[in-house]
Amino acid sequence: MKPIEDLTFPEDLLYAQDHEWIRMENGSAVIGISDYAQDQLGDIVYVELPSVGQTFAKGEAFGTVESVKAVSELYMPIGGEVSAVNESLGDSPEKVNQDPYQDGWMIQITPQDPSEKDALMAKDAYLEMLKGLS
Amino acid sequence: MRYLPHTDEEIAEMLQAVGADSIEDLFAQIPEECRCRVRLNLPEALTEWELNAHMDGLAGQTASAGTCKNYMGAGSYEHFIPAVIPHLLSRGEFVTSYTPYQPEMSQGTLQGIYEYQTLTARLLGMEVANASMYDGASALAEALLMACRVTRKNRVAVSRAVHPHYRRVAATYFGPTGYALEEFDFGKDGRSDPNAFSGGKDLAAVAVQSPNFFGGIEDLAAWAEAAHAAGALFIAAFTEPLAYGLLKSPGSLGADITCGEGQSLGIPQSFGGPGLGMFAAKMEFVRSMPGRLVGKTTDMDGKTGFVLTLSTREQHIRREKATSNICTNNSLCALCAAMYMAVLGNTGFKALSKLNLDKSAYLKDRLAEKGFSPAFSAPTFNEFTVKADPDFETRRRALMEKGIVAGVPLAPYYPALSDHYVFCVTETKTQDDLDALVSEVTS
Amino acid sequence: MTESIGTTGLVLNEPLLWEKGRMGRTGYSLPKTDVPSAAIDDALVGEGPDFPDLSEVDVVRHYTRLSQWNFSVDAGMYPLGSCTMKYNPKTNERQAGLPGFAGAHPLFPETLCQGILELMYDLERHLAEITGMDAVSLQPAAGAQGEFSGMLLIHAYHKRNGNPRSKILVPDTAHGTNPASATLCGYKSVAVKSGAKGILTPERVGELMDEETAGIMLTNPNTLGLFENHVKAIAAIVHDKGGLVYCDGANMNALMGIVDMAAIGIDVLHLNLHKTFSTPHGGGGPGSGPICVRRHLEPFLPVPRIVKTGETFGLSEDFPESVGKLHAFFGNVGVMIKAYSYILSMGPDHLKKASQLAVLNANYVKERLKGVFHLPFDAPCMHECVFTDKHQAARKVTTLDMVKRLMDYGFHPPTVYFPLVVSGAIMIEPTETESKENLDRFVEAMTAIASEAGENPEGLKSAPTRCKVKRLDEVTAARRPCLVEPPALKGEAPR
Repeated sequence: MKPIEDLTFPEDLLYAQDHEWIRMENGSAVIGISDYAQDQLGDIVYVELPSVGQTFAKGEAFGTVESVKAVSELYMPIGGEVSAVNESLGDSPEKVNQDPYQDGWMIQITPQDPSEKDALMAKDAYLEMLKGLS
Repeated sequence: MRYLPHTDEEIAEMLQAVGADSIEDLFAQIPEECRCRVRLNLPEALTEWELNAHMDGLAGQTASAGTCKNYMGAGSYEHFIPAVIPHLLSRGEFVTSYTPYQPEMSQGTLQGIYEYQTLTARLLGMEVANASMYDGASALAEALLMACRVTRKNRVAVSRAVHPHYRRVAATYFGPTGYALEEFDFGKDGRSDPNAFSGGKDLAAVAVQSPNFFGGIEDLAAWAEAAHAAGALFIAAFTEPLAYGLLKSPGSLGADITCGEGQSLGIPQSFGGPGLGMFAAKMEFVRSMPGRLVGKTTDMDGKTGFVLTLSTREQHIRREKATSNICTNNSLCALCAAMYMAVLGNTGFKALSKLNLDKSAYLKDRLAEKGFSPAFSAPTFNEFTVKADPDFETRRRALMEKGIVAGVPLAPYYPALSDHYVFCVTETKTQDDLDALVSEVTS
Repeated sequence: MTESIGTTGLVLNEPLLWEKGRMGRTGYSLPKTDVPSAAIDDALVGEGPDFPDLSEVDVVRHYTRLSQWNFSVDAGMYPLGSCTMKYNPKTNERQAGLPGFAGAHPLFPETLCQGILELMYDLERHLAEITGMDAVSLQPAAGAQGEFSGMLLIHAYHKRNGNPRSKILVPDTAHGTNPASATLCGYKSVAVKSGAKGILTPERVGELMDEETAGIMLTNPNTLGLFENHVKAIAAIVHDKGGLVYCDGANMNALMGIVDMAAIGIDVLHLNLHKTFSTPHGGGGPGSGPICVRRHLEPFLPVPRIVKTGETFGLSEDFPESVGKLHAFFGNVGVMIKAYSYILSMGPDHLKKASQLAVLNANYVKERLKGVFHLPFDAPCMHECVFTDKHQAARKVTTLDMVKRLMDYGFHPPTVYFPLVVSGAIMIEPTETESKENLDRFVEAMTAIASEAGENPEGLKSAPTRCKVKRLDEVTAARRPCLVEPPALKGEAPR
């Protein structure tokens, strides 16, 4: 596992305690997991995602991500209805390791209550939290 | 004692290294109130030779293929076992190794199980098979639970022509789950009755056994269609996999999950266990499957090798969210079945399967001539059901004294089928045996 | 150090069965066809399975070569914590293979199978005596099914008393199967943290135990190899709230003839005959997981039960409160025969001695390796001890690297990364059947590896080097699973 300094955390994202990120785009939100989370998991072998149209509340599990010997739940950083899922992760789950913020995105949602994002962390706060973990 | 290598001197040296005065000291932490107060009340140790005599005595008071002519099947089948199988299977490297969690040191078991998975998938016409379950009954229970997971529905329907013990085991597994397990009836032809089965949106699975408990070959294609029309998975169960040397495979007829007992494949009957739970499914359901899986991969040098894989489904990783709690399975029995399938090959398996049909059909015809009419019209494989006269049970009991077990009575399982008996004939019986049986039951 | 047991030798390659087959060979002596050919509807007939045709010699060489790629207890020491890889006596195999047992049909009427029923009846009594419990069912086919049975009994007991309850306490040092078994019975697992000394505290259990909690699933000794000293007080707390105490008896090898499981407050426990009672593991089964219960749970045991009337043994279904059947017939009888043979061969004194020596061996290894590896709980252990890779972490050497290297020295690795409460755990259970000189060699090997970790940490990353294969690509195996061999293309095979 890498030292935190060697990981990247884009400025334009918001981060959740469970290491998901969201990117707000014209009323919708894209969700994935952070560089820290993918590094902790190691080689990702499988990502289980919901179907388009399913609705999840903030904090609810929407899928799982698996490495060879571990499984982690994926939690909604904010609530909403799934409007798209990254189907390409089915064949290439390694994208989450290689490019967690772009090619490795997981789902896109239509937020129920966009203000829920206010409880999420910006990069600096998230980094502080990570330093507390190590 | 020959299994305990320590000499008194060694024990003294070891105690010194540990810093204890006596072995009892090592247990000093255990509170007095937790201790055994008296010596275990068990028989005194036997020498190897005394044990042999004792066990020979017990084995001698148990009937077996060697001492009687048995015409019962019902989930446990007498087949010839080629000498190479017990010979190879008794190799200490197979018998005394652990679950292959350390693949570099377990390639023998791993390749052997990968081959078993392949042979099983091909026999049953399925895309993927696991490394084994305990037995046919728990395999069916697990298949039904898996269908509930896959479909996220909570009701399953099982034919009453499925082995009664399998249905009882499934009921035990379903007991505390809150899922509904329903049974549906069979028709006059001795096959599961499509009119007795009710679909519905909440139906997760339909399970039918073929050949069924009465010996009848089910119309699996029609059942697959009916199950799918109801939005349910179709589970094909079996107790006699040898049938698929001759019959169309469940997978080719549309089964989503196929499961059953593999004891027929070279495994001794051993009073009902250990046998082999065979379990196969469509690849799309693999992540919902219970049990271990072996996969092919390569090592750091690019050399082919095998590992346990997709382990995140299992209890030691996913814990309470695992697809099953199964851990130790029946690996050595799976290896045995693989050896048996390899020994027979395509040619031998087909020929043996046909021979079982021929011998069974011979007895069925001879008995019919003597008034034991077939109870059902459905085609059969190596088991069939006859209706006998009410006084046959007395005759049957008398024959046991002569070392002949003439069929399984259905009355204990199906009160409406009193005087019905299921006979099983395998390759182990000669024409002379069958003629003798016919004359005994009719004399 | 002494010359390593591990070395390289001639390893024979062997392809998959399909690559060996040639159409037209056979390895089977087909019985004669002495009856007319029977007609069968063509619509029912399939193509037959796509199996390779092999000769008997092909099959013998194939499996002999495969076997040579396996490590085994017959070949060497297997210090796998919580797995009790003791020696598997050969006389046990002889007994289970007797034609009278191996050829017995499970539906034979009782009059024809008095011998095997007597054996099973006596084995139940012996297991009850060894554990101190009142009644036994041999039906569960393995430890996990035993756990499931135990949970079913607890569920049935509470249900009869009006409320099946919804939760169960599972300590963080419990076996991994425990939460999965509890879930099968609809129980939600509530984790109980062990105390600072690696064992449970009555206070912690007291805080969590309530009247919606069905009971607790303990492992004693726990997976750190420590005896739960407060077990009696904990049981009292659980019983006080109407709960029951389940004990995972996988670690019974430490306690035979020493601890009375009934006296410590256990209501139900399962045993693993393939651990404590010397039956072989078979590369992953078959096992056998009998459950032993106190009198108040006996009515719920699986059926059929073996009963004795006068001098006659029989099978009875007449237990209306039973949880039902768990196995198509009576469980893994072949495995029971081996365990029975073991108990009779050992007798009461040697069974107790086996537990004593198992504990001596574990404490000896613990003392000898204490300075070499980090020992998170430095207390007298029972049958196993747990180290970690903390001392080696500075060199970036992990538990995995070190145990992989152990293979090159001719030993099977210990259980690793378990229990989860210890990071980088190395869990060693030598068992009583290893002699002092074997333990000394193991200690030497582990010590040598610790030195390598200091001197040549990079070298350990490529271990093992002496096995048939090197470390395998488990990531690709899981990302793109290849679980069955794809059929050969038309025209390519069979040749």
